[in-house]
Amino acid sequence: MADQLNVLLAGFGGQGILFAGKLIAEAGLIDGREISWLPSYGPEMRGGTANCSVCLSDEPIGSPLVLEPDVLVAMNQPSLDKFIGQVVPGGTVILDSVMIATVPERDDVTIIELPATRLAEDAGLKGLANVVLLGRVLKETGFCAAETLDKALQKSVSPKRQHLLEPNRKALSLGAGG
Amino acid sequence: MTPDTPNTAGTPDTAGTPGTPNTAGAAGAAPDTAGEKVLMKGNEAIAEAAIRAGCRCFFGYPITPQTEVAAYMSKRMPKEGGTYLQAESEVAAINMVYGAASAGVRAMTSSSSPGVSLKSEGISYMAGSDLPGVIVNIQRGGPGLGGIQPSQADYWQATKAIGHGDFHMIVLAPSTVQEMADSVFDAFDLADKYRTPVMVLADGMLGQMMEPVVMPGRIAELPDKPWATNGHKGKRERTVANSLYLVPEELERRNVERFDRYNAIRATEQRVEQYLVEDAEIVLVAFGACARIARSAVGKAREKGIKAGLIRPVTLWPFPADAIDAAVRSATAFLTVEMNMGQMVEDVRLVVDGRRTVGFFGRTGGVIPTPAEVLDAIERMDRGMSGDDCSAEPEHMGGAR
Repeated sequence: MADQLNVLLAGFGGQGILFAGKLIAEAGLIDGREISWLPSYGPEMRGGTANCSVCLSDEPIGSPLVLEPDVLVAMNQPSLDKFIGQVVPGGTVILDSVMIATVPERDDVTIIELPATRLAEDAGLKGLANVVLLGRVLKETGFCAAETLDKALQKSVSPKRQHLLEPNRKALSLGAGG
Repeated sequence: MTPDTPNTAGTPDTAGTPGTPNTAGAAGAAPDTAGEKVLMKGNEAIAEAAIRAGCRCFFGYPITPQTEVAAYMSKRMPKEGGTYLQAESEVAAINMVYGAASAGVRAMTSSSSPGVSLKSEGISYMAGSDLPGVIVNIQRGGPGLGGIQPSQADYWQATKAIGHGDFHMIVLAPSTVQEMADSVFDAFDLADKYRTPVMVLADGMLGQMMEPVVMPGRIAELPDKPWATNGHKGKRERTVANSLYLVPEELERRNVERFDRYNAIRATEQRVEQYLVEDAEIVLVAFGACARIARSAVGKAREKGIKAGLIRPVTLWPFPADAIDAAVRSATAFLTVEMNMGQMVEDVRLVVDGRRTVGFFGRTGGVIPTPAEVLDAIERMDRGMSGDDCSAEPEHMGGAR
C-alpha cells in the first residue's frame, strides 16, 4: 500500500460522488489512517460537475485538495475532460463508459472503462453506479481490505435505510468482479 | 432560558443519543461517545463543540460556505434545551448574541465574510459592553459579495478593526477539523475569562472538509457571571450591559481598563505551532488552511536541502509576536503565505522590524495555493539570499502575475 493515495471523484451532482468518497474516507478512518475529504461546493453542483477529493495517508495531510490524483473516478464527460490531464503518470482512471463517449488519449495511465450505470441497472441496482465504480477502485488499488470497506458501508448507511445495505454490497462486488 | 440556567451546562445525563448519525449524506455524526474518532465536516465540528462548551443560544443566517453550522445547530440545539433561531439578518443575529450574552448565556453566531461585515457594529457594541460571545467566520473571497471559495481575506478585519472604536477581540485560527472543535471550545472559555467577543476565523476549505475528529467532552461547570443582567429580584445591585458613556473621562477610563486586559491577553494568550523552526533559515509564517499547504512545502523544501520551517499563528490576535521575534535570531528570512493579497505579512514585518527580509506569497479570490507554488516561492527566496538570482523580489504574488 502506498504511503499516500489521492483520489479524485467527479461527475454530475446527484450521481453519488460525495458518498463514494465518504466510503473511502470512512474506510481510512477504520484503518486508523490520516484522511481528508473535501467536496467541491457552489453553483457548479447544480447540474454541472461535482467533485470530491479524498486523501488517505500515513502522514498528516497538508492540502486536502487533490490536484494530482493517483486515482480518478469519472462519471461524466466534462469531469473526465477536465481532470484526466491531472492524473499522475502511472495513475489510474476508472470511468463510467455509459456516461462517457470519448476518452482523451493518455498512454501513461491505466484507463479502465466500466459500464457502471448499465451494470447497476441490469442488476436491479439503479443509482448505484457510484458504488460499482468504488468496487473497481478497491480492486485496482487495494486501498483497504474488503472487510474494512464493508464496515465503512455499514457505518455510512443510515439506520433508517438499512434496506439499502445489501444492494450497496452487491454493487461493490459487481464493480470488483467486473 | 430561565435566569438561573446560564451557569449550568447541559446536564450530561440528558444527552442520550442526540442527533442520530445522519450518515446518508455529508451531514456527519453527532457523536456523544467521548473519545471516539469520527468523520465530521469542519462546520459541523464547530457546532457540536460549541454545544459541548455550553453554548445554549445560536443565532444565525444562511450564507455559503458556513451554512452547515446553522443547519447542525437547528437540529441539535432544541434537543439540548437551547435556542436556535434563524434571525432576519446578520445584524439581528449579532444583537441577539449581545442580548443572550448580557443575560449570562454562552451564545454564538456564525457567518461568512460579507455576513460578518454586517455583524461588525454589534461586535463593537459587545466589546464596548464587555460581553463575551463567539463569532465564527468561515471566510470566502472578497471584497463585496466576492465569491464563495475559501479565502483568508478577512485577516485585517478580524485582527485590526472589525468595528468602530478602541477595541480588540481575540481571534483563533484553526487549521484542522479537530482544531475547529477545540478552538470553539477555547473561544467560549477565553470570552468568559476576559469578557470579550472572540472570533474563530476559518475558511471554506476547513468548513467544508471532513477529517477525523475527537469531540471534546462536555464542559462540567460554567464560570460565574455576577455581572449578568439576568434579574436581581431586589437581592443584589442592579447590573447593566451598556456601551454608551457620554462623559469623556468615564469612557476613557473604561477603554484604558479594557486595554489593561488586552495587555494581559497579549502577555499570556499568544499561541503558536512551530514546525522545524529551530534550524530553519527560511521561516514560513502561515495560518489556518494555508498553514497546511505551507507545511507540505516546507517538507518538500527540506527534501531539496533548503532549511525551511513554519510558524503557524494559532492566535491571530494576540499575534504571536514572541515566537516570530525568537525566530529572528536564527532565521535568515521570513516568507508569509496567505490566501489574500498580503495582510498578516504586515504583522510579521512589524515584529521583524527590518532585521530580516520578509517575503510574501499569496493567492486570492478563492484560489487555493498549491504546495508546489509555495515551494517555488521558497526556492526564489533561497536563490535571492545566495545572490544567484538578483531578480528575486521579496514580494511574490502568485495568481496576480
